[in-house]
Amino acid sequence: MDGSSPDRPELPPPLWLLAELTYRCPLHCAFCYNPLDYTSGGAELTTAEWVRVLREGRALGAVQLGLSGGEPLVRDDLEELVVEARRLGFYSNLITSGVGLNEKRIRAFKEGGLDHIQLSFQDSTRELNDFLSSTRTFELKSRVARLIKDHGYPMVLNVVLHRLNVDHVPQILEMAEAMGAEYVELANTQYYGWAHLNRAQLLPTREQLVRAEEATNRFRDRVGSRMRVFFVVPDYFERRPKPCMNGWGSVFLTVTPDGTALPCHAARMLPGLAFPNVRDESVEAIWRRSEGFNRFRGDGWMKEPCRSCPEKTRDFGGCRCQAYMLTGEAENADPVCDLSPHHHVVTEAVERAREPLVETRTILFRDDRNSRRLAGEATKQENV
Amino acid sequence: MTVDTAVALERVPRLSARFRLQFETAQDTWVLLYPEGMVKLSPTAAEILRRVDGKATIASLVESLEQAFPGVDLRADVIEFLRIAQDHGWIEP
Repeated sequence: MDGSSPDRPELPPPLWLLAELTYRCPLHCAFCYNPLDYTSGGAELTTAEWVRVLREGRALGAVQLGLSGGEPLVRDDLEELVVEARRLGFYSNLITSGVGLNEKRIRAFKEGGLDHIQLSFQDSTRELNDFLSSTRTFELKSRVARLIKDHGYPMVLNVVLHRLNVDHVPQILEMAEAMGAEYVELANTQYYGWAHLNRAQLLPTREQLVRAEEATNRFRDRVGSRMRVFFVVPDYFERRPKPCMNGWGSVFLTVTPDGTALPCHAARMLPGLAFPNVRDESVEAIWRRSEGFNRFRGDGWMKEPCRSCPEKTRDFGGCRCQAYMLTGEAENADPVCDLSPHHHVVTEAVERAREPLVETRTILFRDDRNSRRLAGEATKQENV
Repeated sequence: MTVDTAVALERVPRLSARFRLQFETAQDTWVLLYPEGMVKLSPTAAEILRRVDGKATIASLVESLEQAFPGVDLRADVIEFLRIAQDHGWIEP
């Protein structure tokens, strides 16, 4: 690997800048994709540091900005960052649980030029919403949904689907319709971070998925173009991998709360890769020249069966993090692909999902105590 | 001119509130931005959409375009593009 690869003038810009402003979050969702050891990172970037990241990212060509976390509303400088983002010409997307949003703040966001708010719900019922997020937030989210509509924002509801709520898709869609949602993302859980840890609890059966997709199609037929419903199939049920991030270091740049820059929000788990920090280098240097971002660009890193596969230009061999998590090597084909010699790892997990849940499978909620414990275990393993 | 076309020419299209039109220097192209996505516009599409301001009728859009690009009859092309734009939800009638 040529870590000091020269400037690449042909390199396209990172169209998507995901600013993970904080890992602090009032919710404790069992399917969160944040890293297990999120409590181990450094201090959060300051407002001035975020402003610099926004300016450098925009100058490089980034146009979509995700303001995410954790819960970005925890940051009391969010209003200031929204104003700067609009001034720079970003299309800014607030990705939120809704906790912390009130009349005063949403008014400031609207005046500051925030373009879009994506509100997450965990379920159509208070009981399951509150259980899955380990909080009592259902009523609050319903109020926030009205607030978003009242301020003229397009309403985008995001519901993460899994074994425990996927059978409620008809009710979830009815709830979205009643709220006046224009877009609904039914995002089946992808198994990273806390979701991977809780996979045995969360992976649905194929029959559940088929029923949910049928219900989604019936709903689409009824509402027509009034609402757009996205149904993201969990890749464990596919035979070809997803073109993860549209290719490594191709369109997507994440900056984590402590300033670590990543080609995707899960990439920090990959061993032996140094990811740069925006405190030390410019966003442009990071995007164009860092080892971490160049590591899986192109196809020189690929092994068989990807290397000689005609589909490699379409799916880029799938997801590096999933390949690492499920096969132990990031360079392997994503085992979702049925051409991968490790594909059985995925089919076996899907097969196991047919078994009834048993009490011994406990859900680990994403909270500071569990994170510190898991980070401690990881440190112990590294020291062995 | 058919009756349908005559009616169409008096309509006043406007950009949907869900979309924002802007020029992207890094890509040297006009784009439509929407929640978590982007449509890259062809030069022709951009010339038309830049004139959609919620005040101009389609007839005046055509007139403005024919001034900018003299010698070409653009009416049918503009109406066809606006129909596609409406199908995509970019503009509202």
